[in-house]
Amino acid sequence: MSFEKELEQGRFYIPECLECKKLVWPPSEFCDNCNEVTSLKKEEFEGKIIEFSRQNEEYFCVVEFGDSIRIMAKMMTLPKKDQIVKISKCGISEGSYFFQVI
Amino acid sequence: MSKVGIAAYGTTSFTKDDQKIETILHKSTNDLFQKNPNIDKKEIDAVLVSTNNNSKYLSPILSEMTGIQPKIAHSIESLCNSGTNSIVSAFSYISSGLADMVLISGAERYDSPGQILEWDNSRGEFKHPIFWASIFSKSYKQEYGISDEELAIVSVKNHKQAKENPNALSKKTYTVDEVMNSKKLTDDLRLLNCSRPCTGSASILLASEEIIKKYTDSPIWITGIGQKTTSAGFTKNTSLSSMESTKIAGQSALNMANHNISEIDVAEVHDAFSVCEPMILESLGFTDPGNGMDMIKNLHQTNNFKINPRGGLIGCGHPLGATGISQTIEIIEQLQNNAASRQTDNPKTGLIHNMSAAATSSTVLVLEK
Repeated sequence: MSFEKELEQGRFYIPECLECKKLVWPPSEFCDNCNEVTSLKKEEFEGKIIEFSRQNEEYFCVVEFGDSIRIMAKMMTLPKKDQIVKISKCGISEGSYFFQVI
Repeated sequence: MSKVGIAAYGTTSFTKDDQKIETILHKSTNDLFQKNPNIDKKEIDAVLVSTNNNSKYLSPILSEMTGIQPKIAHSIESLCNSGTNSIVSAFSYISSGLADMVLISGAERYDSPGQILEWDNSRGEFKHPIFWASIFSKSYKQEYGISDEELAIVSVKNHKQAKENPNALSKKTYTVDEVMNSKKLTDDLRLLNCSRPCTGSASILLASEEIIKKYTDSPIWITGIGQKTTSAGFTKNTSLSSMESTKIAGQSALNMANHNISEIDVAEVHDAFSVCEPMILESLGFTDPGNGMDMIKNLHQTNNFKINPRGGLIGCGHPLGATGISQTIEIIEQLQNNAASRQTDNPKTGLIHNMSAAATSSTVLVLEK
């Protein structure tokens, strides 16, 4: 699975099932719908802010991509619910993924 | 299906002590046997250990330390609802006829690795539970017009109730102002809105109908079980202001027990954070959506201990693998009218709600005299 290799390079690509075309999240080599193999869909995804809160000066948000894929991401400016955002930074640090949106 | 009842129980106090997991497990099991010296250990067919601790082979170790040679011995881990999941497994062993008597012992240390679900990378760098709790709090407050001051009442009520529980971690009461002025963790969460990890253990002994009457004149029966897992990852929750797994598990347990929620006299619910209590009460059907805080305020004002009489997770502390068993012991004591100053008004039917990882999994039990 190359999802993490791409993420380490700062690229957020979502796996898509080669058979049924379902976007698969959390990232997996196999589709959770039809069990077939997935491949990364190499496009820039737009997300929508579902909810957010703030710790110190940083906002943390639940961001939805497509109609079912949700992540938690950092945002440095005040978010609005339903705001459309893009991943501005992502990667893996000490084994954990991180995402930032603008 | 044969009836399964609870024959005996034991517990430790919940503390911040640095003790070995084996020692903690042994202590609550020992308490059980000391309170019930007539129990014949040769009749114990299975020993189940509920914990998130990384130590291995804990059930055979506990069996050896307590002089039991069971047919079945293994651990069960499911983060925060490991305890009630162990009870469900024990129930299944007995009702299927594989066992007649099962010892379940749950224990955790204050530094449990079960507090953070490392697998859930969808949470990004926000893996600590305070982040999902903050999102739930923000969403719940906005959806139903609830204030931070109102949510603080959950903490005030449960610390007050924990003060009547000699085994609780918290020994203090707090005002709404003190909760509101406690350390700010996020814009939507203060320190006193949170349960605290701690060291503790709780054990119970389940038995078949045929055997249980040898050991107790007042058995408590497990009459309803409901479980539901909707996902492992927090971000898969479709609603951020209600708990889908709790709705389904609660209804399953009530259906199995042939009861309505209005017939539940006393309940222990999984208030990992203040916002969880109204969300759970609504998801179980105690109130309509958005009215959970009205029920909590009324209970607090009238000093009615119906919900979380032992002080909940916020007041008692939260030793993950022991929590569901400790909740169950509280309901047993309530139904046996042995809950001292926490006693509610002659309850006949009680409910336990225990959940994991932002309500991605819930277990609900119904107990009756």
